[in-house]
Amino acid sequence: MGYLQGFAVTLRKLLKGTETGRVVTTQYPDEKRAKPERFHGRHVLNRYEDGMEKCIGCELCAGVCPARCIYVRGADNPPDDPVSPGERFGYVYEINYLRCIHCDLCVEACPTEAITESKLFEFSFTNRSDAIYTKDELVVGDDGRPQQLPWEHWEPGDDEHTSAWVRATSPSGQAAYEGQVAWSGELGYGIRSPERGQSEDASADSADEEDADEHDTGDHGGHH
Amino acid sequence: MMAGLSVLGVEEPFYDPLYHSEVGLAEVLITLLKVGVAFAVLLVAVMLMIWFERKLISDMQNRIGPNLAGPFGIFQTLADGIKLFFKEDLIPEQSDRLVFKLAPYLSLVPAFLVFAVVPVGGDFSGGDGRISLFGHETFLQVSDPPVGILLVLAMSSVAVYGVMLAGWSSGSKYPLLASVRASAQMVSYEAALGLSLAAVLLKSGSLSTHEIVAEQSVWNWNLWVTWVVPMVIFLIAATAELNRPPFDLVEAEQELVGGFHTEYSSIRFALFYLAEFMNTITMSAIVVTLFLGGPNGPDFTTVGWLSGLLWFFIKLMLFLFAFVWLRATLPRFRYDQLMDLGWKLLIPLSLGWLLVLASYDVAGDRGWNRGAAVIVSLAIMAALAGLLSLALRTARQRRELDPHGGFA
Repeated sequence: MGYLQGFAVTLRKLLKGTETGRVVTTQYPDEKRAKPERFHGRHVLNRYEDGMEKCIGCELCAGVCPARCIYVRGADNPPDDPVSPGERFGYVYEINYLRCIHCDLCVEACPTEAITESKLFEFSFTNRSDAIYTKDELVVGDDGRPQQLPWEHWEPGDDEHTSAWVRATSPSGQAAYEGQVAWSGELGYGIRSPERGQSEDASADSADEEDADEHDTGDHGGHH
Repeated sequence: MMAGLSVLGVEEPFYDPLYHSEVGLAEVLITLLKVGVAFAVLLVAVMLMIWFERKLISDMQNRIGPNLAGPFGIFQTLADGIKLFFKEDLIPEQSDRLVFKLAPYLSLVPAFLVFAVVPVGGDFSGGDGRISLFGHETFLQVSDPPVGILLVLAMSSVAVYGVMLAGWSSGSKYPLLASVRASAQMVSYEAALGLSLAAVLLKSGSLSTHEIVAEQSVWNWNLWVTWVVPMVIFLIAATAELNRPPFDLVEAEQELVGGFHTEYSSIRFALFYLAEFMNTITMSAIVVTLFLGGPNGPDFTTVGWLSGLLWFFIKLMLFLFAFVWLRATLPRFRYDQLMDLGWKLLIPLSLGWLLVLASYDVAGDRGWNRGAAVIVSLAIMAALAGLLSLALRTARQRRELDPHGGFA
């Protein structure tokens, strides 16, 4: 009967009331699924809490980009009015979204957590020049939130967790790093508190800070 | 053989009674009406079939399928057709322009013509399937040529030309290779198709589709008259002949760009698409005609002609459902598996079955023991099958011993 079992499987799928016949389609424009926390969407250029830009114009993002969609030119900071806290800053920063594959390698490469990704993916520009995002469009506003361009459709939550926070905490990483903060503060949010770790009970929500203290004084303090 | 006729006391053979008396304007108009209705019904049926297939296969794959164009997405095919119609019609520079333009019609026209010989209705239980149209007696089929089934086979052969010439005239090497592959498949399975059909012809003693249907009245269906096997072979061969899954390696959409019709676009591509689904419908109609008694069935309506139509439709839907079900269930065959199945299993089996059926009939005619005749023929079949498998095994061993060996 081995050959015929497949026919029974496909026939059972017709029973719409049952679990096996459940329709899994999401009617996309009408209903939207919640996006995962680490979703890769369009980029943002972050700023420090004091409003300084994080980008130092090192071009590592452009170098690592497999799609060659990032164009960066660095320049020396003007001494009287510096743009970034470092020696240099990103003078030109352009991302071509007709080429970007949202692989997140630029985010991995960035030494200052300047470039990160939001969860926005619904942006339908209608000409090629709109597809090339300039630095003015990418950099976060004075409230620390990404700017919304006319052709972008932001869902609630798309601009949350756009910072390096997403990469720096990992519930499935080593327990030793649980609760450690290794990321810089950002405009409008400050230093974000760590994500809940893997060794914690699901019920113990408020234990984050205590854990962090224990690890700082414990065996693994030497890692920092 | 013509029991139904002697009851009615009609002397003429089974040809369409419309043409028995002198053929005048009324007869021509009725014929034209039948052609027009068949044409329109077939086109709408194709539209609904594509929708039905897409909906059903979505249901079998936990999806929804088309649901935006019209209620339940029923106009999706229409929307696709309109879209294709307005797309750019591209003819490759290297192509043979005349043949390139001709090929889609060579695919489409046979699909229409096959349906012309299918009896879609009529009351076969009490009468010989006549109905009355505007006071003229006729059959509920466009035409009933005495060579009906041969026409079906001929048309399915002509359709191979559509596929072959499409690939050849594209002026591109991959469509050419695909068309060689496709025509090899279609020609191979045509043999099995024809041989399994021979069993039906042996039993009914006629090539006319109308007469074959009348022979099966009411429960005397060829499905059991020929002992099931020919219908199974016919169904498998028909699936391969239609290039439908699991034999759809002609246009395996996961693996190829398009097979023989890679270079076709716009309405010419739509014609191939249309022909493919129309062939599915007509081939199902042929299976119903040959093996399931066409419109035969107990009359459950008060109107005589309606019962036949409904029975035909029910049986047709059964096969259309089965074709979609096959597609949803079975993985695609490999090319060598396809050829093995066709040449080494289906053709010998259908030939052997013809032998068994013939020996049964001959034994009956000569007054021999029918059971013994069948057992002897089955024994001969088994012996031949053993010889065949021995030959195949030897051939395979030789190939493995000398993998690069030619014919020398």
